[in-house]
Amino acid sequence: MALIDLANPTRFLRLAHRALPWLIELTGALFVIGLYLAYRAPDDYQQGATVKIMFLHVPSAWLGMLCWALMSVAALGTLVWRHPLADVAAKAAAPIGAAFTFLCLVTGSLWGRPMWGTYWVWDARLTSVLVLFLMYLGVIALWRTVEDPSRAARAAAILTLVGAINLPIIKFSVDWWNTLHQPASVMRLDGPTIYPTILIPLLVMALAFTLLFVTLLVAAMGNEILRRRVRTLMLMQAQSAPGSAE
Amino acid sequence: MNLGPHAGFIIAAYAVAALVIVALSVWVELDNRTLRRRLARLHAQGITRRSDKPA
Repeated sequence: MALIDLANPTRFLRLAHRALPWLIELTGALFVIGLYLAYRAPDDYQQGATVKIMFLHVPSAWLGMLCWALMSVAALGTLVWRHPLADVAAKAAAPIGAAFTFLCLVTGSLWGRPMWGTYWVWDARLTSVLVLFLMYLGVIALWRTVEDPSRAARAAAILTLVGAINLPIIKFSVDWWNTLHQPASVMRLDGPTIYPTILIPLLVMALAFTLLFVTLLVAAMGNEILRRRVRTLMLMQAQSAPGSAE
Repeated sequence: MNLGPHAGFIIAAYAVAALVIVALSVWVELDNRTLRRRLARLHAQGITRRSDKPA
């Protein structure tokens, strides 16, 4: 089957229906393994047991950014190629990305208090992630404000592409400015600086979170396709009602 | 397991994560049920798309 075949919403729904039970089981299994490894992971020599917060915080941060990157690709799909599923994907992804970014902010705050002595500082990394969260809320609000889905899709796509400028700012904020936040310790040119007993649980948890994201996204995209069908049928019903202008 | 002097922060982080993940999953599932119910109601009223009708 060619990739273009997935552009058909009916075919996408059929595939999603088949894939979801597998995705749910795989995600559940990976979370069980990841949480067990996180439980068994040794304490950090400086941070003690609070390093366990990293197994939630880092995957949430990665997914908050990955989701916006995916929405940006979908935005191109909407504006350039007018792919039928592009705006469905972008709309479905926004609340999920917002939730992961929220989780990143909250877990970061809960990790920051015992390690830095404060829940929050207005430095470059924390502020740019907060901006990402606010942009998610903005895109969600835009989708809800404009009634016509195709007009809303174009407006949201432009906002998403403009917001994509924030992604490199988040990534490199720890290198460009002075910040309380530590620099990258996994995705580095010279390799991760984390010891394997902590790195492996982190990577398994990251995989579990990513699968959770994919599962939720596929399910939410299915819902969005159904929502558009309901809208179409309600418009047909309103047009066929007695007294409606033909 | 001894979580040390900052156990409250660690437990709170895991609790919030569980809450957010459960809330997201429940929202997606409830949304799906609501939409399927609405679609079934419209189909029962005889309102269907051309592609839904048998050839």
